[in-house]
Amino acid sequence: MSTPSPKGQLTRDEVAHLAHLSRLAVSDEELDLFAGQLAAVLDAVAQVGKADVADVPPTTHAVPMTNVMRPDAVRPSLPRDVVLDGAPAAEDDRFRVPRILGEEA
Amino acid sequence: MSDVTATDITTTSAAALAEALRAGELSSVEVTRAYLDRIQAEDPTIGAYLHVDAEAALRAAEQVDTARTKGEELGPLAGVPLALKDVVVTEGVPTTSGSKILEGWRPPYDATVAARLKVAGTVLLGKTNMDEFAMGSSTENSAYRVTRNPWDTDRIPGGSSGGSSAAVAAGLAPWAIGTDTGGSIRQPAAVTGLVGHKPTYGSVSRSGLIAFSSSLDQAGPMTRTVLDAALLHEAVAGHDPLDSTSIDAPVPVLAEAARRGAGGDLSGLRVGVVTELGGEGHTDGYEPGVLARVAEAVALLEGMGAEVRQVSCPAFDLALPAYYLIAPSEASSNLARFDGVRYGLRVGDDGSRDLDEVMALTREQGFGPEVKRRIILGTYALSSGYYDAYYGQAQKVRTLITRDFTRAWDDVDVLVSPTSPTVAWPIGARVDDPIAMYAADLCTLPASLAGIPAISVPCGLSEGLPVGLQVMAPALADDRCYRVAAALEAAQDAARGHALLDAIGGRA
Repeated sequence: MSTPSPKGQLTRDEVAHLAHLSRLAVSDEELDLFAGQLAAVLDAVAQVGKADVADVPPTTHAVPMTNVMRPDAVRPSLPRDVVLDGAPAAEDDRFRVPRILGEEA
Repeated sequence: MSDVTATDITTTSAAALAEALRAGELSSVEVTRAYLDRIQAEDPTIGAYLHVDAEAALRAAEQVDTARTKGEELGPLAGVPLALKDVVVTEGVPTTSGSKILEGWRPPYDATVAARLKVAGTVLLGKTNMDEFAMGSSTENSAYRVTRNPWDTDRIPGGSSGGSSAAVAAGLAPWAIGTDTGGSIRQPAAVTGLVGHKPTYGSVSRSGLIAFSSSLDQAGPMTRTVLDAALLHEAVAGHDPLDSTSIDAPVPVLAEAARRGAGGDLSGLRVGVVTELGGEGHTDGYEPGVLARVAEAVALLEGMGAEVRQVSCPAFDLALPAYYLIAPSEASSNLARFDGVRYGLRVGDDGSRDLDEVMALTREQGFGPEVKRRIILGTYALSSGYYDAYYGQAQKVRTLITRDFTRAWDDVDVLVSPTSPTVAWPIGARVDDPIAMYAADLCTLPASLAGIPAISVPCGLSEGLPVGLQVMAPALADDRCYRVAAALEAAQDAARGHALLDAIGGRA
C-alpha cells in the first residue's frame, strides 16, 4: 500500500475524482471550496497517525457480535403499491430507471 | 378543564402531565391543543418543526381520551404528546432527515422507536428539524429552515437534534426523541438547558432510523427533567429482532434510578473527572464559564457523598480525528442508497441521460454541502492506498479509547466532563469553518466511539446561556447516568428555587 499524500495535499483534481466515484456532479465553485476545506479537514484527521497502534486490533463496532440468527420464518413484505408510491418513477408495478447501457451497446 | 392553565401545561414535566392524564385532571386533547396552540404562536420564530399535523394529533389524543373514558387499560404515558426528530421514519408522515433528497417522501412503515411510542399511546405532534442526515452541530445544515435557540434567538440550538432541543426548551413539546452519532442528543440538550441521554449502543433499536454512521447511531430522549428522560428511554428501549446490532438484554431500571438519585445520597459513588476533557493542560477551546459551572457541579456531587478523583484518558485526544474518519466513511457507504431510484428526488431523467448521470445530478442537487464534504472525505478514507492510514488507523484509535474507558472503570463508577466546550454560539459563526464546527463534539465523541451511555444534565448558566455536565457510564449501566444526573438536578433546583428552564426568557 502506498502512503497517503502529505498533509493538505488533497488537490482539486483528486476531489473531482472522488466526487465522481461518489456520484456527485459537483460544480466548479464547489470543487474550489471543497478542495480547500477538505485539505484542512484531512490535515486535522491525519492526527490519528500519531497514535502508537502496534498490536492494537481495530474496533469496527461497539457491540462485538457475529452471526445474529433469527427464525427463518415468512414475514409479510411492504405493500407494493405503497412502496411504489414513494418512488420517483414507476411503471408496470416496477421501479422505472433511466437506461443503464450506452446507445452503442 | 381543571385549574391547570395552558402555560402550566407547556412548562410542566411530561411525568406530571402523564400523572394528570391518568388522574383525569387533564384530557389528552387539552394537553395536545395547548401544545399545538403554542406551536402556532411560537414556531414561526423558533423554527423547531419541519412537519406538524394538528388534525392527526388531535385525532390520536381523542382516541386516548375515549379509551380512558371507557376504562380501557392504558400505558403510563398514554395521551402525552411528543416530537420526533425527522430522521425517525413514520408511516404516512413526511420524513426528510433534513434533506431535499427526501422532500415529500412518506415512509411505508414506522421505525421501531416510533411504533413503540405509538403503542404506548403517546401523541405525535410533529417532526423536528435537524442538520441534514444528522451531520452537524448547529442545525444550520438543514435544507429547510433555521432553528433558533429559545434562550437567545440569535444563537444556534445545537445539533444535529436542534429541532428537538428547541421544541422542548421553548415549550413546543413536552419531550422529544433525538439521535446521537457523535453528540447530537447531548450537545443540543446542553446548549438549550435540557436533559439528553445517549443510550448504550445497541440498547435502542436503530430499525427505521435513517442511517448516518451505523456503528455509532443511537436514538434517545431529550427532556425537561431527568425523570422524564428515564421514562421516555424505558418506553423505547429493548431488544428488536429488526436491528441485528440490538442487544438482547433486559433494560436497566431507569426511572427508579432517577427517583433514587433525586434523594441526593451519592455516598460511595466514585466519580472520575476526565483530565483530557477540559482539565489541567487541556483547556484550549473551553470557555472559562463552562469550566466553572462544571467544577461547581462536581463539588455538588462531592457534597452529596461522591468520591471525586481525576482520571486521565490519553487516547481521548484523538477521538475527534478518529470520529471524523469513521463517521464519514460509514456515511459515504450508507448514503449510497440515495440513488434516485426507489424513493425521493430524481433529477435529469429526460431520456437522454443514463443511470449514472441521473444519479450524479440527483445527488448533486439533493445533498447539501456538508453531506457532500463527508461523502467525499469518507470515500477518500476508504480508498485503496489510504485505507490503512486513515480508516484502519481510526478504528485502532477507537480501540485505544475503549481501553481508556475500561481502565477507568477499575477505579470509578462514572466519568464526568463538560458536554460542550462552549455555550451556544451565534447563528452563522461557524458555517464556513468545518473544523470549528467539529470542535463542538470534542467532549461527546469518546462515549460515542466506545458505545457507552452518556447523559447531559444542565448545570447552570454562563453569560446567561445553559451549560451541561456530561455523565458517562459503562455499557448497559445507563441507570448510573440517571442516578447522578437526578441528584445534581435536585440539588441545583433546590438551591436555585426553580428549574433552570424556568429562567428562559427571564421568566423566573
